[in-house]
Amino acid sequence: MAPLLQSSQPWVEKYRPKQVKDVAHQDEVVRVLTNTLETTNCPHMLFYGPPGTGKTTTALAIAHQLFGPELYKSRVLELNASDDRGINVVRTKIKDFAAVAVGSSHRQGGYPCPPYKIIILDEADSMTEDAQNALRRTMETYSKVTRFFFICNYISRIIEPLASRCAKFRFKPLSEDIMSSRILHISKEEGLNLDVEALSALSSISQGDLRRAITYLQSAARLFGSSISSKDLISVSGVIPQEVVEKLLIACKSGNFDLANKEVNNIVAEGYPVSQMLSQILEVIVEADDISDEQKARICKKLAEADKCLIDGADEYLQLLDVASNMMRALCNMPQEFPYES
Amino acid sequence: MALLVDKHRPRTLDNLSYHSDLSARLRALAQSGDFPHLLVYGPSGAGKKTRIVATLRELYGPGVEKIKIDSRVFQTTSNRKLEFNIVASVYHLEITPSDVGNYDRVVVQDLLKEVAQTQQVDLGAKQRFKVVVINEADHLTRDAQAALRRTMEKYSPNLRLILLANSTSNIIAPIRSRTLLVRVAAPSEDEICQVLKRVGEKEHFRDVEALNQKIAKDSGRNLRRALLMYEAVHAQNEVVTEKSLVPPPDWEALIAQIADEIIEEHTPARILQVRAKLYDLLTHCIPATTILKTLTWKLIPKIDDELKPDIIRWSAFYEHRIRLGTKVIFHLEAFVAKFMRVLESYLNGIELDFD
Repeated sequence: MAPLLQSSQPWVEKYRPKQVKDVAHQDEVVRVLTNTLETTNCPHMLFYGPPGTGKTTTALAIAHQLFGPELYKSRVLELNASDDRGINVVRTKIKDFAAVAVGSSHRQGGYPCPPYKIIILDEADSMTEDAQNALRRTMETYSKVTRFFFICNYISRIIEPLASRCAKFRFKPLSEDIMSSRILHISKEEGLNLDVEALSALSSISQGDLRRAITYLQSAARLFGSSISSKDLISVSGVIPQEVVEKLLIACKSGNFDLANKEVNNIVAEGYPVSQMLSQILEVIVEADDISDEQKARICKKLAEADKCLIDGADEYLQLLDVASNMMRALCNMPQEFPYES
Repeated sequence: MALLVDKHRPRTLDNLSYHSDLSARLRALAQSGDFPHLLVYGPSGAGKKTRIVATLRELYGPGVEKIKIDSRVFQTTSNRKLEFNIVASVYHLEITPSDVGNYDRVVVQDLLKEVAQTQQVDLGAKQRFKVVVINEADHLTRDAQAALRRTMEKYSPNLRLILLANSTSNIIAPIRSRTLLVRVAAPSEDEICQVLKRVGEKEHFRDVEALNQKIAKDSGRNLRRALLMYEAVHAQNEVVTEKSLVPPPDWEALIAQIADEIIEEHTPARILQVRAKLYDLLTHCIPATTILKTLTWKLIPKIDDELKPDIIRWSAFYEHRIRLGTKVIFHLEAFVAKFMRVLESYLNGIELDFD
């Protein structure tokens, strides 16, 4: 591939840690893996955790550190959801790669080069159950020459027999301090001017997802130049301004259906995503002091139902209106349904 | 003769009328040489597509407007052949993967990789990368979206994606965290009036301020719809006045009629009559969701405040069912029956048990 212009590279790639010890905040994993680098032995691994916490980065970094650039191509197979990973691929491609024997261990150019290959299965939770089942025996048969690294967001989607064959590592969402220090580092490198308020806004909207934080930072830098305020960050992040949420709540509290309807119409026309709206309503409701527990429970129940419907592809306007009218009834202590009915 | 909508569609970022700060940002992005993946979302008729086409022009110059339609055949793993249409210029591709339904993953995997792995050969080209515009990105299946994830990172030197969606609700979080989100809000009624006025001047129509306002209000902040209505009014009347009627579409009139009928009488016989009308609407290819939504809108003003949340609840409930089920008429009729039942029991004040 031709050399890139530095500027056109996403910062997420540019500042991706190249070494395991640079991975922030995941102490246990880092400790085990640095140990691996010394002893050159490692178990099958399963990394799981929310997006943007460094799972793929860690897996790629350890593979690079073990084999170095020369051997990397022949020793590491990286598959992700953009590759076909049906049962056929597992039976042929993965098995063939796993079966290849490798030479004994001798250090090459400062890299440990242990006598096994690594197969990284990124986004493993999108593999079908059949494909995962087909892996079971493969993992054991070739365990002398092959190590598997599974990476996924939801461990519940990995079948139990696979999970029990691996050392499991949970990747925690990053804490605010770590996030801030990383962001500060990048903004210093890129010559950005970030004030304290913007920094904390960035940490809170990205919710522990470092990749999201960096993407927002880069987007904001592209759009608004080198000095970035918290308002700029919110506008690129797609978070709905707090006033809009408040306005809907006030309309619901008034108990007037038409008022709530108007507000909902407005929200949909402005193009605010309803799923985002629901999660922000939830935040406000849960933290509110003037709402009783019973009211909160009623509202939250409805929010959950609406969220499920949205995922099934239901109409956004009707769902939000349904939530709003339910919220109205809950907040004004009206019965949940019309008493004459059901 | 082209429709007004197409005839007066702005071609460049400078000509776009409203959301001027958004246009300025898009221009800054296009000129910076550091163009990110975009996810553009907003209600229909807000000008998403127009903005994207204008941005592409800003990126590559007028060459992007020379488009051709390619037909490609893809093969699925089960050896089924899929026909797929691609709108392409030298610099960009435009695809609607949801055309092929559940097989969209195959298209996304094959096509994007193919594009991503070929480099731009034209040295005179302004940008090194190609742009792929994906329409209706919110209808992509989970699998297809998952397939996009790594592709977006791995091939970023040669490929930029622009995803168009009505809402980000159905877009998985990993995609959202890899793209720059651009919200295009619907134009306000005033902004629609201004556009109508400008178009009217160019076409030498008589300018009637009050009529424009009425159209803007009726269009539900959808500019495309407003322009079509505007054109219809001017085509039907020789001289337009404030009182010229903006004709509602036939189907809307029919739904209004249904609404009146089911409020008037709550009997099985009436359901049967309504059924014929609903079938009529469906055979004219009006989407079931649109029917249900319009019907709800027509019903809401006619019933008591106390009952409104219930009707909304059932409307939302059956709309969800329409999505899950296969035969839409069941759910539309169920809503009609439910509505009658709720209204009847409310009017009679009887306590009924049916759960």
